[in-house]
Amino acid sequence: MVTRAWTVAATIVDPEIPVLTIEDLGILRAVEEDGSAVRVSITPTYSGCPAVEAIRDDVTDALRASGYEEVTVELVLAPAWTTDWMTEKGKQKLRQYGIAAPSGLAAARPSGPVRLALAVKCPRCDSLDTREIARFGSTSCKALYECRACLEPFDYFKVL
Amino acid sequence: MNEPDSAHGAVSVDAITLSAELAGEADAVASADVAEYALWLGDDALVLAQQLGWWISRAPELEEDVALGNIGLDLIGHARSLLRYAGTATGRTEDDLAYWRDEPEFRSAWLFEQPNGDFAHTIARQLIASVYLVELYSRLRASQDATLAAIAAKAVKEVDYHRDHATQWTLRLALGTEESRRRMTLALADLWPYVDELFVDEPLVDRLEGVAVRPSTIRPAFDAVIDSVLAEAELVRPAGFIAAGGGRVGRHFSTLGYILAEMQVLARQHPGASW
Repeated sequence: MVTRAWTVAATIVDPEIPVLTIEDLGILRAVEEDGSAVRVSITPTYSGCPAVEAIRDDVTDALRASGYEEVTVELVLAPAWTTDWMTEKGKQKLRQYGIAAPSGLAAARPSGPVRLALAVKCPRCDSLDTREIARFGSTSCKALYECRACLEPFDYFKVL
Repeated sequence: MNEPDSAHGAVSVDAITLSAELAGEADAVASADVAEYALWLGDDALVLAQQLGWWISRAPELEEDVALGNIGLDLIGHARSLLRYAGTATGRTEDDLAYWRDEPEFRSAWLFEQPNGDFAHTIARQLIASVYLVELYSRLRASQDATLAAIAAKAVKEVDYHRDHATQWTLRLALGTEESRRRMTLALADLWPYVDELFVDEPLVDRLEGVAVRPSTIRPAFDAVIDSVLAEAELVRPAGFIAAGGGRVGRHFSTLGYILAEMQVLARQHPGASW
């Protein structure tokens, strides 16, 4: 059920990837409304993600501006966030923004110390002929890739 | 200053702090034993994170500055959750525990206190640490303590990437040039004496049956993964002396004092400062 408070909270974007709302990312977990009081649960993408504090403040400000007087934002670790919770709309927005969306599902990610991974599609030219430059990119959630077809570097949102 | 809240209208102040809720079980209070165990794991993560931060601007390439910085950030996240939870037993915050404890009060194992050395030493330390942490957290997910289980379920997915990173570099250094292979071999030999301490069953573990992961039970899985990486890297598992250890009872390697001095100096010179 989508309440008014959910609609408000769902407009908040990730400050690191401003095309994605917290709803697109799947980190908005619950919104409970009780009169003018509202309780929001969000979950961090990564344990050390510094964007979480900004997101918490933005959610609080937005709900207050919409007339909610008592706003509580709770950060929950369980169940742990996974890229599988990212919406299809979110993945599409990511690609349009120039970041390759997670390739495959976390649930199906192979384990073991030396692993094979699914090819990552270039968000610019759709080529699958890409290579990883660095496993850790500009933020914890991204890796740095390069497209061998159009020669452009790009960020890839890692499966987690 | 008569009405300090007037600028904000009729709103109540949210009684929330980030750290109080990070662990998923917001109201859970750790027993003394659980708090001690959380310190083991939290201090390992904190000390390693602090050490990895040194590499930012000094790694062999820009991408590695970023990678090691991000790995450190994940570990800081784990340390925050674990220290916050440990602090509930004695009414201390995560910052109290990170900045205001002295060396003998830390519970980190010697492996995490080993100096960064050259890049190969850092990678060897990362390999041992991340293989250990993946096995540890994957089992801790089943802990009877809901907070520890939640922290572990989150952390295991991240340390899995750290293990991947360490594995890739171990292979590249070991199978790279003659010089990189020489250094990787030397680094592994230098770090190996500190492996055994990770798997010692202290008396605390007996008291936390079902809550803590019994360290000795992880060893076979740790060895199997390490052996598979070393086989691919055409390296052999080192043998030789075993370091004394003692981190879990507050006896530390000589480096810890220096690590803490750098980490704590600002907080101690300006108590309560924020920005």
